[in-house]
Amino acid sequence: MGESNMLVSILAAAVSSGTPILFAALGELITETAGVMNIGVEGMMLVGAVAGFLASVRTGNLLLGVLAALLAGGLLALLHAFMCIALKVNQIVSGLALTLFGTGISGYLGKSMIGVPLPNHFRSVPLPALSRLPVLGPVLFNHDVLVYLSFVLVPAVWYLFYRTRPGLHLRAVGESPETADALGVNVFRTRYVSVVVGGMLAGLGGAYLSLAYAPSWIENMTAGRGWIAVALVIFAVWNPLRALAGAYLFGGVEAMGFRIQALGLRVPSFFLKMMPYIFTIVVLTVITASSSKQSSRAPQGLGRPYERE
Amino acid sequence: MGTADYAVEIRNVTKRFPGVIASNGVNFAVRRGEIHALLGENGAGKSTLMNMLTGLIRPDSGDILIDGKKVALRSPADAISLGIGMVHQHFRLVETFTVAENITLGMPTPRFRLDMDPIEQEVQEFSAKFGLEVNPKARIWQLSVGEQQRVEIIKMLYRGVNVLILDEPTAVLTPMEVKELFQVMRRMAASGKTLIFISHKLDEVMEISDRVTVLRAGKDVFTAETASTTKRELASKMVGRELKPPPPRPRGTFGAPVLELEGLQALGDRGEVALKGLSLSVLAGEIHGIAGVAGNGQRELAECITGLRKTLAGRVVINGKDYTNRHPRAIIEAGVSHIPEDRLGMGLAANLPLTENAIMKNYREDEMGPGAVIDRKRATQWTRDLVSRFQVKAPTLRTPVRLLSGGNSQKLLLARETTHDHNVVVAVHPTRGLDVGATEAVHQVLLAQRSAGIGILLISEDLEELLSLCDRISVIFEGRIVGSVERENVDIDEIGMMMAGIDPAGEGAGPVEAGV
Repeated sequence: MGESNMLVSILAAAVSSGTPILFAALGELITETAGVMNIGVEGMMLVGAVAGFLASVRTGNLLLGVLAALLAGGLLALLHAFMCIALKVNQIVSGLALTLFGTGISGYLGKSMIGVPLPNHFRSVPLPALSRLPVLGPVLFNHDVLVYLSFVLVPAVWYLFYRTRPGLHLRAVGESPETADALGVNVFRTRYVSVVVGGMLAGLGGAYLSLAYAPSWIENMTAGRGWIAVALVIFAVWNPLRALAGAYLFGGVEAMGFRIQALGLRVPSFFLKMMPYIFTIVVLTVITASSSKQSSRAPQGLGRPYERE
Repeated sequence: MGTADYAVEIRNVTKRFPGVIASNGVNFAVRRGEIHALLGENGAGKSTLMNMLTGLIRPDSGDILIDGKKVALRSPADAISLGIGMVHQHFRLVETFTVAENITLGMPTPRFRLDMDPIEQEVQEFSAKFGLEVNPKARIWQLSVGEQQRVEIIKMLYRGVNVLILDEPTAVLTPMEVKELFQVMRRMAASGKTLIFISHKLDEVMEISDRVTVLRAGKDVFTAETASTTKRELASKMVGRELKPPPPRPRGTFGAPVLELEGLQALGDRGEVALKGLSLSVLAGEIHGIAGVAGNGQRELAECITGLRKTLAGRVVINGKDYTNRHPRAIIEAGVSHIPEDRLGMGLAANLPLTENAIMKNYREDEMGPGAVIDRKRATQWTRDLVSRFQVKAPTLRTPVRLLSGGNSQKLLLARETTHDHNVVVAVHPTRGLDVGATEAVHQVLLAQRSAGIGILLISEDLEELLSLCDRISVIFEGRIVGSVERENVDIDEIGMMMAGIDPAGEGAGPVEAGV
């Protein structure tokens, strides 16, 4: 009984610790599907985390905190969109700059917030009936509302991509902007919208860390999760369902590390902290390598600024 | 015939690009429901005219009328909404999408939820109606080129296009697929669609079109009912009568053959047989021109000689030694210089400055510095010499060559290729896209090379250029040399017909199989 309890608690922890990565990865997935690479996820997450925290502390309202995080992530992404789409700057360089900028500005804005308690934070809301299911109940249905939001978001993104016209146009813009443009699809507008939405979701991922997971502001609190999200999108071959699996895998290994530490096993803590990163990348590499070539293709227009002839 | 009987009418349209007049007062009218062939060599202005008709570029002057009404076309989407659509040579399809997804792409409805079943149903109906068989659920990358073309045609029909422009649609097809396409075209015309068929293949024009217009040098020079004209007449209109036979010049002193090709066979990029047993020779001190319509094996020919493409059969002999399928460096060292067609892609490194580009062929030699070291002073001096001797205009020697004009980058390329130790030059379209002055400079360099006893293989689509420079002109058609004439007894009509695949000896016979 004790063992299964431990398994359940690790799985439940996997979900909550995978959620910020899931939000960020979904955002990046939308951005990249439209053909724009944004490796500034780490920066956008940090800005989202600090903005959400600041707004929540000042107003005492978590919802306003979430809105502030969405706005902050979206604004930073808008800058990237302008650089890459209008000025046709190298997308990797702009993304790196975004990360450096986001890290710096979040550290600066958050200075006064270190050690400040949140008046309120996202607490678990067990879903009636569902949360009483054996195993699945505590693992999936005893979380805060942001986790439930992510549950909805994954199939929603999938549906948008594969069952709607805006999704078809979004994918066409990422695959072959020339073709889309020739048929009257507005390539520039589609890319702007998808980059900004991607940034908003990264900001939300950051806010999840500072408003629900931690909940507190710690400088550089994303600790590389933004980079994991970027890698995850590639390994998930631009498929939202696979991104979900990858995010929870990361969360699971991270949760396991905490348990091992708690059990007092003599494993160096650096090693335990390293585990989720290595494990996620190794597993996803193996999956990607074994999947068929045609399905593991990147969008053909990814990273290529579109210019009319 | 009144204006309203024309589906499309182009009146006195002119379009200038820097240095060229692409369309010079062109008139062109297409009747409703006809198949109208637009014939002309590369550079005759076919693409410019069609790009104006599909809203990609705007004319400087003149009018475009659709169904008798003047229109201003600003984008391909504009043109489509007025019922004009084009199937380009390079398809505009999203490879990972299904056929039906490609066809519905960009349509306004349904606005949000996309149920593919009814769309696939509709695509199926269009397929059946015009005989354009294709599975709407198949992904584009799984389809043959012929099937992809059908998707492009359906895409236009689905958008209610009444005038369909087909840009050299047969160039990518197998003979069987061409037959099928012609059936589809007849069916479309019978159902009231108007078709503009761009081609430079006379046989096909004679077979499929109701009327034909010939463009030459940006002007419409001839329009007729296809039934009332002949291939011979069309060929002479395409090539043009104002081309004069070359002025006599003293016969050069020719030496031994420096380049001999025997029965070359090679594949093109798409895996088709591009060279089908091509033989020719170039003598020292001779300019041997290769005339022909683009896409008949010219590029493959140049690449086989220079070691950039695998030769499947036959031999490349340079200065009496076999160099078939040798490494490009071995071929350079054997004395072959190459002026490639794509001067900024293959000939020069576009982002590197003049100096690096100029020494690219002799950087290994001691004159540029001992061993692996490059002596910057000597390299700069060398480049400065070349630049002044060939009159390359460049802001500095450190300027990336992509910033040079076409003429200046070509001069730099010529400078590098003709100052190195060599006795064969393979030049492919060396004056394409250049202005008059730069063209003249390139010609002077080639003539000077000839006087110096170097053998030159000049591949060009510009017949005037070939006539003025060459000692001998051979015509390439479908991967073979179909005929060859000496400068002294050039017959322009004969060359034109060979280029179009007609045996000058008799109308209607297939391509001649003569060797050289």
